Amino acid sequence: MRIVVTVVGKDKVGIIYKVTGILAENKVNVLNISQSIVDGFFNMILIADMAGAATEIGSLRERLDKLAKEIGVEIRVQSEDIFTAMHQI
Amino acid sequence: MPIISSNDIIETTHMITQENLDVRTITMGISLRDCADPDMKTCARKIYDKITHKAEKLVQTGCDIESELGVPIINKRISVTPIAIVGESCRETNYTPLAVALDKAAHEVGVNFIGGFSALVDKGYTKGDRNLIASIPEALASTELVCSSVNVGSTKAGINMDAVAEMGRIVKDTAERTKDADAIGCAKLVVFCNAVNDNPFMAGAFLGVTEPESMISVGVSGPGVVKHALEAVRGQDIGAVAETIKRTAFKITRVGQLVAQEAAKRLNTQFGIIDLSLAPTPAVGDSVAHILEEIGLESCGGPGTTATLAMLNDAVKKGGLMASSYVGGLSGAFIPVSEDAGMIAAVEKGSLSIEKLEAMTCVCSVGLDMIAIPGDTTAQTISAIIADEAAIGMINNKTTAVRVIPVPGKGVGDRVEFGGLLGYAPIMAVSKFKPDTFIARGGRIPAPVRSLTN
Repeated sequence: MRIVVTVVGKDKVGIIYKVTGILAENKVNVLNISQSIVDGFFNMILIADMAGAATEIGSLRERLDKLAKEIGVEIRVQSEDIFTAMHQI
Repeated sequence: MPIISSNDIIETTHMITQENLDVRTITMGISLRDCADPDMKTCARKIYDKITHKAEKLVQTGCDIESELGVPIINKRISVTPIAIVGESCRETNYTPLAVALDKAAHEVGVNFIGGFSALVDKGYTKGDRNLIASIPEALASTELVCSSVNVGSTKAGINMDAVAEMGRIVKDTAERTKDADAIGCAKLVVFCNAVNDNPFMAGAFLGVTEPESMISVGVSGPGVVKHALEAVRGQDIGAVAETIKRTAFKITRVGQLVAQEAAKRLNTQFGIIDLSLAPTPAVGDSVAHILEEIGLESCGGPGTTATLAMLNDAVKKGGLMASSYVGGLSGAFIPVSEDAGMIAAVEKGSLSIEKLEAMTCVCSVGLDMIAIPGDTTAQTISAIIADEAAIGMINNKTTAVRVIPVPGKGVGDRVEFGGLLGYAPIMAVSKFKPDTFIARGGRIPAPVRSLTN
């Protein structure tokens, strides 16, 4: 399963480092990252592969939710299926 | 597999986080045809056992899919075979114990409503239908999660005016028995014409006799998403509006289709249908009335409301049909007054009346829905409102319904609060002119001619 991780929040040092650190710990392979800063706000969309992952999406979300609270950003983790269903025929 | 574009990801995320995109309900239909028994207690036990077995994992599965896809799935519900059929073999005549068994099973598996305390009497009553209808007020007063519906007419059979007259009295009795909670029992009681067998939405859901042993159906939602999409075409002609609604409905329905397929697979049951309905909630930004106002009305209920609603309803169907393999249920925009912030505001402003709502039901799903009326409205007047609405459904070959709440002790200018998804409602005025002699006639309105359709 491929997942989409979106991060939105006030920019600060180390957001990508911390998010990808958690993914690496759980053996989740990053496929694509796009990131921008608009008016001081950090926006990131990260697509990753859970095929060889050491965890499942629910516990990965719990881990990222905890991080989101620590660094004061919003992190969403979703299966890619919802985006492909909606935007690709 | 191609990498999905950032813009598409942002659009979907925005729909969910800012525009209240959700899947309104996953409803599991469960046939109870094999639960009949001459002994009421045995019948009730069979019902409880079958539901708790079949739907054991329904809520957990819904929560798992919600978590994986990141889209809220608001309700997990169950619909069952009309209990008039299941209870018919019982020696006892009061079917309240069967409603209690449904309620207990619903609590046990964690769903928030169970529908199917129902009877279908378009052409006349069987013994089970009579017993069930007579049991409705007590059943709704002694349960929390059970929803009830009665189909009193159809295009093929005409309208059973004896049942129409009786349902006026049943609605009043249900209000009286639940008066301590602002007649909440009536919010769980729908009177239909042309009821459908596969409706996943409450309070009118039941699993018709033509349906399989069990199935999963999904009701989608998303008025907020449609409203937001229309903000981008302000000033353009109405064709652009219809096209935008179609595209948006397509996207919304694709999410519903995905959820339904996943849920059916995981619960090892059949995928039933997607119900293409725009179902509002009392939350700000989740209103059908606000879509009509975005199209260009000062206030919902004013002139132009029927035309804009007709276009909205049709465009939602056209977009949704292309997005799902199986479409069914009610499939149309809902206009439940107490569940739609824009409708409530329109009533309070004086732009929306019951008469205008009746006109609106000619072009959309489903009928006079969640309308609080004065407590002193007579049973005959309620019956006549039901008859009018059933006539619209019968002649136009569509489903119509009445879910009105005559709130004891309250009148025009008062408000009732049902809480949660059922919302709150100002009491609406009802015509004082009496239909009593008409209702007292009883009998049947013959089935209509299907040609010469003017």
